[in-house]
Amino acid sequence: MTPSWRRRWQHLKHDRRTVIATWLVMGIVLALLPFVTGDLLGRSWVRIIDFALLYIMLALGLNIVVGYAGLLDLGYIAFYAVGAYLYALLASPQFGMHWPVWAILPMGATVAAGFGVLLGAPTLKLRGDYLAIVTLGFGEIVRIFLTNLNTPINITNGPQGISLIDPVSIGGFSLGETQSFLGITLPSTYAYYYLFLALSLAIVFISIRLQDSRIGRAWVAIREDEVAAAAMGINTRNVKLLAFAMGASFAGVSGGLFAGFQGFISPESFTLFESVIVLCMIVLGGMGNIAGVVLGALLITIFPEALRYLGDLQQLSFGRVLVDPNDLRLLVFGLALVIVMLFRPAGLLPSVRRRREFSADESVLSQEQASLYDTRR
Amino acid sequence: MYSKYLNHALMAVLITAAVLTACGKKNEAAKTASGELIVKIGQVSPLTGPQSHLGKDNDNGARLAIDEANARGVTLGGQKVKFVLLSEDDQADPKTATIVAQKLVDAGVKGVVGHLNSGASIPASKIYFDAGIPQISPSATAIKYTDQGFKTAFRTMTNDRQQGRVVGEFMVKKMGGKRVAIIDDRTAYGQGLADEVEKAVKASGGELVAREYTSDKVMDFSAILTSIKGKNPDVLFFGGMDPQGAPMAKQMRSLGLKARFLGGDGLQTPEFLKLASAAAEGVTASSPGLPIDGMPGGKVFREKFNAKYGVIQNYAPYAYDAVTAMITAMEKAGSAEPAKYLVELPNIRFAGVTGEIGFDTKGDVLGGAITLYRVKAGKWEVVETVVSGSVPKK
Amino acid sequence: MDIFLQQIVNGLVLGSIYALIALGYTMVYGILELINFAHGEVTMIGGMVCIAILQALLPAGSVPLLVALALGVGGAILVCMLLGLAIERVAYRPLRRAPRLTALITAIGVSIVLQNTAMLIWGKQYVSFPDVIEIKRYEFVGAHITNLQITIVLLALLLMLALLVLVYRTRLGRAMRATAQSPDLAALMGVNPNSVIAATFIIGAALAAVAGIMVSAYYGLAHYYMGFLLGLKAFSAAVLGGIGNVAGAMLGGILLGLVESLGAGYIGPLTGGFLGSNYQDVFAFFVLILVLVFRPSGLLGERVGERA
Repeated sequence: MTPSWRRRWQHLKHDRRTVIATWLVMGIVLALLPFVTGDLLGRSWVRIIDFALLYIMLALGLNIVVGYAGLLDLGYIAFYAVGAYLYALLASPQFGMHWPVWAILPMGATVAAGFGVLLGAPTLKLRGDYLAIVTLGFGEIVRIFLTNLNTPINITNGPQGISLIDPVSIGGFSLGETQSFLGITLPSTYAYYYLFLALSLAIVFISIRLQDSRIGRAWVAIREDEVAAAAMGINTRNVKLLAFAMGASFAGVSGGLFAGFQGFISPESFTLFESVIVLCMIVLGGMGNIAGVVLGALLITIFPEALRYLGDLQQLSFGRVLVDPNDLRLLVFGLALVIVMLFRPAGLLPSVRRRREFSADESVLSQEQASLYDTRR
Repeated sequence: MYSKYLNHALMAVLITAAVLTACGKKNEAAKTASGELIVKIGQVSPLTGPQSHLGKDNDNGARLAIDEANARGVTLGGQKVKFVLLSEDDQADPKTATIVAQKLVDAGVKGVVGHLNSGASIPASKIYFDAGIPQISPSATAIKYTDQGFKTAFRTMTNDRQQGRVVGEFMVKKMGGKRVAIIDDRTAYGQGLADEVEKAVKASGGELVAREYTSDKVMDFSAILTSIKGKNPDVLFFGGMDPQGAPMAKQMRSLGLKARFLGGDGLQTPEFLKLASAAAEGVTASSPGLPIDGMPGGKVFREKFNAKYGVIQNYAPYAYDAVTAMITAMEKAGSAEPAKYLVELPNIRFAGVTGEIGFDTKGDVLGGAITLYRVKAGKWEVVETVVSGSVPKK
Repeated sequence: MDIFLQQIVNGLVLGSIYALIALGYTMVYGILELINFAHGEVTMIGGMVCIAILQALLPAGSVPLLVALALGVGGAILVCMLLGLAIERVAYRPLRRAPRLTALITAIGVSIVLQNTAMLIWGKQYVSFPDVIEIKRYEFVGAHITNLQITIVLLALLLMLALLVLVYRTRLGRAMRATAQSPDLAALMGVNPNSVIAATFIIGAALAAVAGIMVSAYYGLAHYYMGFLLGLKAFSAAVLGGIGNVAGAMLGGILLGLVESLGAGYIGPLTGGFLGSNYQDVFAFFVLILVLVFRPSGLLGERVGERA
């Protein structure tokens, strides 16, 4: 039985005024977030939130490939790298070109989408773990090329990376410097926050629309049963390629923003570990569910940073620091992954479909269960 | 309309807010109980990951200097000061480096010793420059670090250009290496150094017969070493760090590759001796600065360090000198405020552990002595010290 | 010509190491369809434990060399077997019915935990394998090979044969194959799937321990981070050969080793100096992708029809 407060809330949710009021409050919170965080916790936390927003965009992109279409991609970060390097090449001293951001980002999205199709084409017949290793290989190949394309002609400047990248500039305002706006000082990290927030919301919106569209349903169909989907007239090849392309395009945009934001990129930022982290974000948060993915991205970006304060915690409880907090950070992160997966295997905020799969509700379970022998998905 | 997302969106925002508020900023005291002014100095290096032994070494070197300064008691502008070292881990990753750089700036550090890697120091330098906080790196050797034109970027370690030139010349002229092979580990450090060595070799009349590459995570080099063996080089130079250099030396032995093996400062460590054991014999490596025993303060430093932290890994003396440089400049300016002592940094001269310390207009360390060492009977012994340019007295 | 032969020898040795680790990956996958990312870390722990035991026993001088070695190897294998069992019980068993991605993320989490625990226990330094093995070099038609390298190749072959005998000729092996096909049906036939799965993990972990000891003896050092790359290469090898297939793991391992060696040695001449050994991983992955395009289930993998 659903508890009474839950029922109250479900009634309230449909009350127009409550809905509008809640959205308004959240809007205000989001608008003021950088100022509040900056004052309470320091500007580095705003920077962390900026990175979190970039990761949200990345995670939503991977969500299309893995969550909607069910294609296990372990080399996703390659598209992020493509977007970042494209921006760096077109807006830095490397080639002496300084194109504006509104020209580069769409190009980044398109080029990344092209790479997505490139990755997807030879992998159409592969299932599950074979697809995983090929995508992993693809990610590594891109990274190795980026590390080594500095001879005979210097394209990517090799392991030293490209620095002094132009910051994002909107309508004459450079986001790389502290600006004054209507009497409020807007440091660079705050300005980037608003830009990233706007783009993240756009990508969330696109994801929601995709989910409810014909393409979205086609993705779900090929994820659940590719043969049946093909029997229903879905062009599985095109649909899969579209999944790769769309997911890659989100990463391309996010990558371009990353380059402008950090001002320096090098192949070290685009490792296999990063791909794995993005995958963890969507699985941890709840695959296929946009809110879950956003939550996963936020938690995984913020959690390791928060763990830097473990030293203070130890100081409080034991009176001295037993173990260097830096040593513990990743360990606690790994433990958190394992524990969350053990207790919430469908993720923290699973999509409705998955909750049904996991629910203890007997009637639902007996319907879903295909046969006695079919023990694995 | 969008009410079904309300639940989820609210939860997301609430959980994030909870996590953020859980880590509140500590309200740190500006003064100690006895009325001393607290001056925070940051130290950044990889404290986790494959290079953590070097990162911790930097940290220890800086800490030794800070503890000594506090013990002797420093007065700035009539006020007694106490130095506090804020250590952060950048995992040798550029992105993490920028986050911790911002964190240190927010924490109000007056100077930063770091970072260890060139790949981390370069993006972080922009943040320190924007905040006007002097940054002295004890180990970043990439030329770009000081080439960016940031007035706040300094280093106590000679850069790749100087080191590479000396090593390259030494290889061809003093070791009789006519046929030269070069390997680098494809990191900003290894590749930068190897490129400079290559230039110097060619300028000295040597012939480059092979240029091979590996990565900083690999342990097996038999394939590239075999390929190099087929080209019959006299000398082999490796631009990279000791965890790779050691197995490389061993594999050279087992493959019967008879070339003389050389490395840069990444190899000139006690760790290399330990890991390579018998294969280390005869290996030559360069290191910026004078040999530690050849300096007035070197032996004393080594004893003090060994007593507290154990064996020096590599860059600890440079970190020590970096801190000393900052404090010297602060004392000269009579203030710990970055704006005030930053202008004094290019003017200071003192006898540091690694040599006579002074900075040029770009922020590179003056003098730039490079010492070449060779392993004899299981120990690093000095072969030669090349001083490229003397330090003008002020 | 002798350079070519040397590269082949290098490739065989490297490949045998990959094969040893890949065997463990493939066994677990065969039964659970789980990519055990923690396997690379178990390998690392095998090496570390052996070194730790040797370092503890040898300096005293009272323990004879062979005894110390036996204790080191035996101790490492024992620890890894217990570790494999623990991981299976704690992290994987509760997730048997969960989607594969969940188990994958858990495996990643376990791998991170093991890596960092090793860092806390053994420190961040590289530890060197004690200099106890006398390296004898032999020359064979211009190629150099050491006794240690020969041992590795022979050991890998021996273990693979032993594993094949286990899987295809013993009761346990039959039980494993049955559980791999259908745990519920096997249960009906009197097989305890839990015990079989536990046994699989234990054997896989023991293999990993042996691989770890060989790696640290061969390269002379061990580090808490070394499991990551080894695990990755071994996983690629297992996939190349057809994951779930024991002979495939061996074949994939050797093939990957050869491709890497020959690739590193000959990319330069092949592309006229345009690409060099810095692209050796690209070459290896390229070959992998090519194989998978033509044989989507790996070299020896079974063509599994689409489940309706």
